[in-house]
Order: sequence, then structure tokens, then C-alpha cells
Amino acid sequence: MPHPLLEVSGLGVEFRTRRGVARVLEDVSFALPRAGTLGLVGESGCGKSITALAAMRLIPQPPGRITAGRVLLEGRDLLALPEAQMRAIRGDRMSMIFQEPMTSLNPAYTVGDQIAEAVIEHQHAGRREALSRATEMLDAVGIPAAARRVHDYPHQFSGGMRQRVMIAMALACKPDVLIADEPTTALDVTVQAQIFDLISELRERTGTAVILITHDMGAIAEMADRVAVMYAGRVVEEGAAVDVLERPLHPYTQGLIACAPGRRQHAPGQPLVEIPGTVPSLLERRGGCAFADRCAQVQPRCRDRLPAETVFGEGERRVLCWLHAADQRVAA
Amino acid sequence: MSEARDPGPLLEVQELQVHFPVGGGLLGRARHHVKAVDGVSFTVPRGSTFGIVGESGSGKTTTALAVMRLVQHTGGRILLGGTDIGAASGEALRRERRRFQMVFQDPFASLNPRKRAGDAVREALALMTDASAAEREQRVQQLFAAVGLRPEQAQLFPHQFSGGQRQRIVLARALAAHPELVVCDEPVSALDVAIQAQILNLMQRLQRELQLTYLFISHDLSVVRHLCDRVAVMYLGVIVEMADRDTLFRQPLHPYTVALWSAAPSFDPRQRGRGRRIRLAGDPPSPIDLPRGCRFAGRCPAAEPACHEAEPPLAEVSPGHWVRCRRIAVVDGRAQPILQA
Repeated sequence: MPHPLLEVSGLGVEFRTRRGVARVLEDVSFALPRAGTLGLVGESGCGKSITALAAMRLIPQPPGRITAGRVLLEGRDLLALPEAQMRAIRGDRMSMIFQEPMTSLNPAYTVGDQIAEAVIEHQHAGRREALSRATEMLDAVGIPAAARRVHDYPHQFSGGMRQRVMIAMALACKPDVLIADEPTTALDVTVQAQIFDLISELRERTGTAVILITHDMGAIAEMADRVAVMYAGRVVEEGAAVDVLERPLHPYTQGLIACAPGRRQHAPGQPLVEIPGTVPSLLERRGGCAFADRCAQVQPRCRDRLPAETVFGEGERRVLCWLHAADQRVAA
Repeated sequence: MSEARDPGPLLEVQELQVHFPVGGGLLGRARHHVKAVDGVSFTVPRGSTFGIVGESGSGKTTTALAVMRLVQHTGGRILLGGTDIGAASGEALRRERRRFQMVFQDPFASLNPRKRAGDAVREALALMTDASAAEREQRVQQLFAAVGLRPEQAQLFPHQFSGGQRQRIVLARALAAHPELVVCDEPVSALDVAIQAQILNLMQRLQRELQLTYLFISHDLSVVRHLCDRVAVMYLGVIVEMADRDTLFRQPLHPYTVALWSAAPSFDPRQRGRGRRIRLAGDPPSPIDLPRGCRFAGRCPAAEPACHEAEPPLAEVSPGHWVRCRRIAVVDGRAQPILQA
């Protein structure tokens, strides 16, 4: 079988803190095909962003440490590469856009220089050539009068335009993988729609695969082919976006979908479904399922140990919950 | 509404105007004005929730701050239960303040990190009520219970709470002096979806139990649709459309409202790519150099040359449904949308 474009398997990350070791990722696995879009969803603190940073090898070490797993880009393990080779991959074959476009841009350089930097670094282009590439990219992301605006500074752009600049920068070297970490959270709805259209369009045109990190199920419905739901550092459910949104299996996924006021099944004004409590601290060592304390369908064994992951079909759908465990009847 | 009688308006905002001078330097005269709020009128019945939606720069937050008397309005009237709070000042304004309170977006910035949670609420009681120390203590306990916190949590500092819990503290503080109106500026926007649902449910329960009136500011259409009885859509300092919730979400008329609604994600992956989205080009123009005609005309897919000539009035096209667009025709008593998503 050919390798998927990006394959993350068994990824584990921990952080040392004054109050102990926090296991922020445990056994995280997913695959991303070329031109695919994977949504990573979950509440704050579930490990979505850390997963992305670990895949890019951007976890600050110390205090962080990748303890287990592999990140395979076309079969090559990025975690085993020397830093110099990883640097050549970042910004060239894999790039990332962040939530807050203002803090991700250097206010002292023109946007053109910032986009050109990656092109000069990775494709050994001359400055003139790199700047013309930057202009091309600004044009591709829909910035009017790109040839003039390439010489402008970040503060001369609006929030939505800055996020376009970030996308232009991330895509300047035609990466294979684009990781977008809450790319539209700080933006207005109409601008969010523009950015989603833009990412989809670029993905179709260039074949770039996208990992979209979000807490918004609406964004998943809009953008993702597949979705991995994370809770307390683990992937608790993974599958095709349509399947997961229409028939969520894990009680956490069910809660995340049901508590959103925007879905069609919800009658305005009626009380929303709540997931009680909050995400547990990762410092607390726990046996069993981390969601047990908030779960309406909890059973005694949930607090003792986790079931093995249940895989449906040939990996089309995965879920980590006793309710769907293969040895359900044996254990019950 | 089971009562037959009309509860009457609690809040009436009439032709509210907030213009900020810009330029001109220290002694020079201001050369321009930012017309952040430029003639906004609405009425909020007692016990109901009035929503204002709009994007950055629409003037929704400035409207809320002006109602709270936290920015000075440059024109118009603000009536709370018949009292002109817009004209009150000094001690008179301070006495009225207990009747209207505010909840801000960022629960991290709106609590003093050096004050215990209970003290934040106690201080509000001391400032705005005549309660004795013992009464205050009892009221803090009551308020903590009402917002779903344990009484002993009053001893903790803000950093020991999660975002959702902090917003509960902020609500307890806002409710301390039995306000009639609570102005909420994006109160759940900084929270995760699961926590958002908890706070929205809490706000609805408190409204029922305490007969609160909410003025609710948000950019999140699904939250507004969930919570509000009546909704106004703002664009560049003016209301472009206003109606009761069901009418506005089922039959939006103003092209901006239609575009805004169509931009919201659908939650249904099977609806994706159906071409139902109306794309708006560009950004809103600067509120300093407002166009002569309709403020939305430059981005409007339905604009005609005449739209750029004069600003249309906010007109009532059917009972309670107001639209500021000259392209909306009323045929046989029914308003005809010009754009459809």
C-alpha cells in the first residue's frame, strides 16, 4: 500500500512543570492523504495545537518532550531527522498558519519581504524573483493591487487581509501540508467565509493537504473530509466528517455537536445540551477514560481502564469508548 | 408570554449618536469625526432579550458602552424605565447605575487578579446597596449559588477558576444590586462551545428567575438566534435591519443581512459547496469618510447607481420589521427580498 502523505502514529508528548509531569498527548494517530482535509476538534487544552506543533517539531524542549511515536511524511520519519533537515522541510513542504495574524507577522518588515524570505531560503531564489513570487501569492489569495501592496507593512492591512498574507506566506513554497490552527477565530463571519473559500480553492488547485484545527463543528462541516476528535490528549473518535457529524459514537463527540446552538435540530430558545464540568488537568494521573467524570453514559469500568480502540471497516472509523468496544459483551 | 398586558419597554434608545473627533492635535480643532454610532433607535421590552449583531466596526459595542454611560454619546436619548439615564450625571448617574450592569467579553480581563472572587461581588454590593456587612455576606453566598458556584469558592482568586467559572463570577457581580438591565458584550465568545452552552443556559435561567432584561451584543449568529427575542443588524454605525428573531432569521431582507446569514457555516456537511453563499467583496469603508449614499452600497451585490446617491431611511416593511434599503419593494403588503441565499 502506498504511504499516505502524512501519517502520525502513536505520538506521545509530555511537559515537565513545577507541579509534575503533564502527559499532554498520548497515542495520537491519524493519516492525511494528498489534497485531503483533516479537522482536529476538541475544547481548549485537549492537545490539538500541541499535536500540530509536535508534527512540525516545534515543541519547546525542555520543558516539552516527544516521548513516543512517529510522524511520517511520505514514509520518512520526521522525528528522526537532524534539525537542519527539519528546517528545510518547515515552510517548504509543511507550513502553518496561526490564529492571531497580527502577532505572527513581523511589524518591521514589509509583507513582501516576509513572504519572499521563505522562497529565498528554500528555493534559493534571488530577491527580485522571490518578490515577484510574493506578488503572485498575494494576488492568488485575493489581495487587490498586489504589486503595490507587496511593499506595505502588516499594520496597513485589516485583520482578514493579514490572515490572507499569512496564507500567502504559508503557501509560497507550495507545501504538501498546510496546518491551519484556528485560522478564522479572530475574524468576522463574512471574512471567515472568504478565508475558507480561499483555503478550499488553493487545496483543489495545488493538491496541498490541510489540517484544520478548530473548536467549531460548523467549520468542520464546512471544510473537513475527515475529523479527529481529541479529548485530554487522546483521539477519542476519528472518521469521515459526514459520518462523525451525523452519527457521532463517542459521548464527547455527541456532546460537542449537541451543545452548539447553531445546528438545525436545535429549536431557538430551548435550553442547550450541556457537557457538565470542564476538561481535567493533565497533571492528574488517571486510569481509565479522562471523559468519565463528564460522561452521562459512564460505567464503572470506564474509570478503571481504557478499552482498546474499536476500528470499523478498514480503519474508516475509529472510536475509543467502552460503549463501542469489541470485547463489550465479554467484559460486561 | 402568558400575561395579557404588555410589560412595556424597559430600555428606549432614541437617535443615539456617538461621534469621536480625530486629528487636529492637542489644541487644534478636530478635522474629522468617526461616526461610530450614527442615529440608532430601538426599544427593549421588560424581561426580553434584544440582540445587536454586526461585524467589527459596526458600532455594536460602542452602542452598548453608550447605553452603559461608559462612553459619552454626542446625541440622542437613553431612557431606562422612563428615566433619562442619558442626561443623568454625577451622583444621580451613580445612583442609577445599580439598575443597569454589564458583562464583558473577556472574563480574564474583567476580574482583578488580586481580589478574591467573593470580594469582587462584595465590593459591588458595598458600592451600590445599603446592605450591612452581614447582609452582604449572605447575598454573596446567594449569588454564588445562583450562578452555580460553591460558596467556599468565594475565597479563591480569579486565576484559580476556568474561563467559564470566571464568567459566572462576573455574572454574580453584575447581578449583585438587583439590576433591571444587563448589557452583555460577547459574553460567551471567549469560551469553548461546551462551556458556552453552560453559560447560555445559566443566563436564560437567571432571566426567568429574576425577570432580567438583556441587551446582548454578539457577532455569533447562532448564539443570537438562540438567545434573543428581537434582533438588530448593524453596519457602519447604523441599524440596517431589525425584526423579531424568527422573522429576521427566516426572511432576512437587507442584502447585508442575507449575506451575513449565508456566510455562517451550516453544520451540515452535505450542504457544502451548494453555491448558497453570497460573497461580499472587500472590507467595510472607513467610518471617517462615509459614502454619501447607502453605507453598504459599495459591497452590495444588488446595488444600483441610485443607491450611491442618498442614504435610505429605516422603513417598516411589515409590522415590527424594519429595513434600510431602497431596493426592498412591498407588493400586496409583503416585502420582496432582492437577494436570496
